Amino acid sequence: MSEAVETEVKTNPQGDPITATKAPPSTQSGKRDPHADAKKQKVVSPEYMFFEAPREREFITGSEAAKEAIRRSNVDFAVAYPITPQSETMQLVGVLYGEGYVKEYYRGEEEYGVMSAIAGASRAGVRCFTATAGPGTLRGIEPIASWPGHRLPAVAFFTCRVVNAPLAIQPDNIEIAYLLNCGMLVFHAENQQDVFDFIMKGFVISEKNDVTLPVGVCCDGFFVTHARGYCAMPDRGLKLPPRDSWRGAVPVLDAENPPARLSRDAPVQKSNFMAYNIHAVWQQEVWAAVERSRKYINHYMGGLVEAQDVDQADVLLIASGSAAAQSREALRLCKDEGIRAGLIKIRSLRPFPTAELRQLCTKAKLIVIPEFNYVGWLAKDVAAAIYGYSNAKIIAGPHVYGGMSMPVEMIVDEVICGLTGKKSSAVPASAIMGATEVDQEAVAHFMQNI
Amino acid sequence: MAIRYNIRMAGVGGQGVVTASHIFSTSVINAGGESTIVPFYGSEKRMAPVESYVRVSDEPIYEIGEITFPHIIMIFHPQVITHGKSYTNPFYYGLKKEGIALINHDGPIKFDPDQERELMELKAKIFFIPATKLSLEVSGIDLATNMAMVGAIGAITGLTNMEALKQAVVDRFLGKGFVVSGGTAALDSVVERKFKKKQELIEKNIAVVKAAWEFAESHGWVQHPAKKSPEAAPVST
Repeated sequence: MSEAVETEVKTNPQGDPITATKAPPSTQSGKRDPHADAKKQKVVSPEYMFFEAPREREFITGSEAAKEAIRRSNVDFAVAYPITPQSETMQLVGVLYGEGYVKEYYRGEEEYGVMSAIAGASRAGVRCFTATAGPGTLRGIEPIASWPGHRLPAVAFFTCRVVNAPLAIQPDNIEIAYLLNCGMLVFHAENQQDVFDFIMKGFVISEKNDVTLPVGVCCDGFFVTHARGYCAMPDRGLKLPPRDSWRGAVPVLDAENPPARLSRDAPVQKSNFMAYNIHAVWQQEVWAAVERSRKYINHYMGGLVEAQDVDQADVLLIASGSAAAQSREALRLCKDEGIRAGLIKIRSLRPFPTAELRQLCTKAKLIVIPEFNYVGWLAKDVAAAIYGYSNAKIIAGPHVYGGMSMPVEMIVDEVICGLTGKKSSAVPASAIMGATEVDQEAVAHFMQNI
Repeated sequence: MAIRYNIRMAGVGGQGVVTASHIFSTSVINAGGESTIVPFYGSEKRMAPVESYVRVSDEPIYEIGEITFPHIIMIFHPQVITHGKSYTNPFYYGLKKEGIALINHDGPIKFDPDQERELMELKAKIFFIPATKLSLEVSGIDLATNMAMVGAIGAITGLTNMEALKQAVVDRFLGKGFVVSGGTAALDSVVERKFKKKQELIEKNIAVVKAAWEFAESHGWVQHPAKKSPEAAPVST
């Protein structure tokens, strides 16, 4: 019966989705400037925006959270290619362009063109944003991998999906493994709130002169982008200060600073020590800049990690993204079982929280690292970071992939197997590291193969 | 300890399984609790399998995705069991120990011996509710079967109450925050006509919800007493 008469869903003539975010009612009658609200936005400092401005909580999707972040981020240029799979994010940013919150917006030819356009626009000195997912990320990864070397501040939002065969369009965060070694900053959002915060803070961190690097904000597609969650946001009448490219560390390209220098003297054209040196110092400087971003991540994002119940814990769950959300519930189930467990949620994957993990993992007996991908890229990084600083047994798992959700019970099972020595049904012996009874040959095989 | 139920609702296309999960979920939030839903279906056609996963609690919920190990399973149509019309087979797959199976059927279904044994081992509590029959008796048509299932699960979990459920049904028909008690005087005639038709549907749906709630109560299925809504229920923003 309830299906018999549905609530009418209204769409506007352009087919833009009506979103759940509250807009103030229009008080004007007659013809109205569509950019009126955008023009009234007030610039505030990042400190006010992030720490002082009163926030109102709304129940929105991850894509809407990204849209609301862009609304408040004073973005000059956004470009999108509507690849499948996608999130609604760039469509919603298109709506913002219509409302005047984003100054320039167009649809790229394909992802390679999109990522190249970001490079050009960022080098021209404007604030840039794009979002893509799964195969789109990999299609665009050649220009993406060149962004950091060109010292391009920008934010790209990766709503992770399956990239490997067989064809699937479900959430799976394997593509983060490809982004980790580009030299860009990589943050991993757990929920809609993180998406909103990380994107806005990403712009500010990205444009710091001693950073001047692109930021990749990742989240697990669908689970975060298509699902609703609570998101506390400052007023939509506020925006961040514009990008001050004239104060930037790298001069912007324009008619007076043509891009000729790099083309003429491109290291690729010469095989000599000068060319090698140029490349070497360039990459060293990129990764040094990644290191220098730590202080800003600590300041704006409250640290590279978030620790919960770690002090008294025998067991630590270390997770990022949706796996962190599942791990929060696993903590509750562990408590019911009488197991003292804590959680380290990793917000920033690049720079990696090496020092933080070394300090937090000293007392743990068991570390379990659940991930939404097959290879276990996070476990490898964690094991390398805490090697020699922790005697904990490290379980690189459980893993789900290809779009599966991770049952919380699966994490708890791994905790119990790890504590009791019971054989796990989900994690192979080769993915258990660190403890004395561990099969070293198997571990060597695991480490070589991820 | 927090009251927490992960519920798997299984039924067939056209029954309003997803609608039921929305209404139940909204009612839990109306009563001051927390809830999330994840619907799951393939081709959208009548009688094809549909599942919807609902998490309800009186504390924050962080978990995402499908529910593999539910505390409660709700079977909206007997064919889920008898014809295997489900993404999870057998229908009780993953049910937690001492979990609840709420099944829409006029009387007990005879399971095959293996299933009977496994359900015994799980110590599953199996509740048969004649939801379709209740819907026919109370509203005159069978389409409010889903509302009967909502009423029963509301009573069983105790995380909502009749008032919050009523508001959720009204929200579903009239949009969030619609104040029914404000009367129809201020509405223009078009809205008024539509409203009258809807008002009738709302009343019938709510009557079915109430009948099923009382059915569950009278059969002693209640796990927690019904939760009182907070003073200012966050229903109309």
